Amino acid sequence: MKSDRSFQDVFDQLDWETTKQSIYGKTEADVRRALSNEVRSLEDFKALISPAAAPFLEEMAQKSHELTLRRFGKVIHMYIPLYLSNECQNICTYCGFSLDVDIARKTLTDAEIHAEARIVKEKGYDHLLLVTGEANKTVGLPYFRNAIGLLKPYFSQISMEVQPLDEADYKTLVDDGLYAVLVYQETYHKADYKIHHPKGKKSNFNYRLDTPDRLGRAGVHKIGLGVLFGLEDWRTDTFFCATHLDYLEKTYWKTKYAVSFPRLRPCAGGVELKSVMSDRDLVQLICAYRLFNQEVELSMSTRESAVFRDHVIQLGITSISAESKTDPGGYASPNVSLEQFEIDDTRSTDDFTEVIKAKGYEPVFKDWDWALTHHHE
Amino acid sequence: MNLQLGDKTFTSRLFTGTGKFSANELMEQALLASGSELITVALKRVKHTLDDDILKRVQHPHQHLLPNTSGARTAKEAIFAAQLSREAFQTNWLKLEIHPDPKYLMPDPIETLLAAEELVKEGFIVLPYIHADPVLCKRLEDVGVAAVMPLGAAIGSNQGLQTKAFLRMIIEQSSVPVIVDAGIGAPSHAAEAMEMGAAAVLVNTAIAVSGDPVGMARAFKLAVEAGRLAFESTLATPHTSAMASSPLTGFLNEI
Repeated sequence: MKSDRSFQDVFDQLDWETTKQSIYGKTEADVRRALSNEVRSLEDFKALISPAAAPFLEEMAQKSHELTLRRFGKVIHMYIPLYLSNECQNICTYCGFSLDVDIARKTLTDAEIHAEARIVKEKGYDHLLLVTGEANKTVGLPYFRNAIGLLKPYFSQISMEVQPLDEADYKTLVDDGLYAVLVYQETYHKADYKIHHPKGKKSNFNYRLDTPDRLGRAGVHKIGLGVLFGLEDWRTDTFFCATHLDYLEKTYWKTKYAVSFPRLRPCAGGVELKSVMSDRDLVQLICAYRLFNQEVELSMSTRESAVFRDHVIQLGITSISAESKTDPGGYASPNVSLEQFEIDDTRSTDDFTEVIKAKGYEPVFKDWDWALTHHHE
Repeated sequence: MNLQLGDKTFTSRLFTGTGKFSANELMEQALLASGSELITVALKRVKHTLDDDILKRVQHPHQHLLPNTSGARTAKEAIFAAQLSREAFQTNWLKLEIHPDPKYLMPDPIETLLAAEELVKEGFIVLPYIHADPVLCKRLEDVGVAAVMPLGAAIGSNQGLQTKAFLRMIIEQSSVPVIVDAGIGAPSHAAEAMEMGAAAVLVNTAIAVSGDPVGMARAFKLAVEAGRLAFESTLATPHTSAMASSPLTGFLNEI
């Protein structure tokens, strides 16, 4: 995979205001054209996320349902997050782990990691997502390598959602068996990004923007993208994210991609939301992604309500978590005062998988194997 | 006529898969209705013990397991997965799948050939999933694969035999059975492949995602049988127009 390019080259060609105007200027005719096209361009995606597409929601949902079924079948992939640490040196205005939030800090010990793993395994999970804040001195590469080593005997697939790392570190972790990395840009609005991330390594917008490129070069199996809904205009932010996805697919063609839809949830010390995304908006967005890209995994967390989650599994979502705890050590000994954010859907895994089955889908817990991750030199 | 493949004889020429079904019980019923005797299972989808919920359901006496290496991006990963699968499932049969492109799941011809050569040496019965490339099929035959599995169209696309012209060449030239895999979306597509002389077809998505997988499995069973019978009975040659009533050479009878 030889590439001197990075997404910054694409990003620098885009202007936020012009993009926003172009999305809001889309017409009913643009939406109709986008719907009737078999292969849909980024311009079509703009039309599908625009206010002009709102009256076409049912048609979009029908198409999204059909395309998802064809590609993914009648299955929903199950995963669960495992919070390893809430230590963080960043200030993020919307996050419960932010340095300036006065909460107790905890990083799991080996014994605690084992305890969490046993409980999560007992619930049936085989795909694990490791989550941390950003505390590079205590929770850096050596900590991650150790954690993956401890967790490997329990699970078939381990992914992470942690601070951005250097390419060499990613390579090391991929060799250790790491499957996917999720890294959300939060917002592609550069000036607003600075406001929401005033302190810490995370305040470097470009380093974060380049992370998927480093991941692609490191040969990770899957890259997860997303923006945090609530910081900026969701339509414009999403268009940047879709452009990022489009660039990455063409550049790192052996990598799989996933998109998540984090809407800001109440948390300790939370910020006032600039843009509110309604349930209807979110459904429109999920369907627009599926119509734009038939292969991308669309993922949903327990941030959303039970009733919303029950319905979107038929609309294009292919991967979902349940019974999540966002406090480190929370599966063995829950402690809400350590939480990153409050989850909404608190149903048990068994209860939720019954709903999935009732909707005519098989919940899939294992769809990976260490045999496919190991690099045998 | 039965199909001889590797060390086994098959009465059914419909091979099936286990993915994409809405429930494992339904999968079991559909596969029984299909009459399929060779069923592919992704190593990554199952626990490596025969009491796995999917594996348990494909162990009826007439059914044979065909583990596949779906998820492998390189020959090296596929070989490792194959070795693990032989140990776990006690079979040396293998559907070799190396598709590094997660978008269209197009098979990598170079890695597939490399892996096939090595796996044949290690004693596997190798059935490689490949593009409908006649030269690649001959190269794979040279390294000793038991059959070739060219695609009709992209996996899960239900687009039918988009590669028909190349499938014809492959079937014409091949000394190993040709199994048309991927893209078969309707029983008529399966019948078409069988009429062309394919030894068997592999169908998964079209059954799993249909409104009634059990009914659809049976429809495919009948279509494959009909197509095969038609092939064995030698089809009448199609004509694009009616026979001319005043033949151009009729004058030869008059002079």
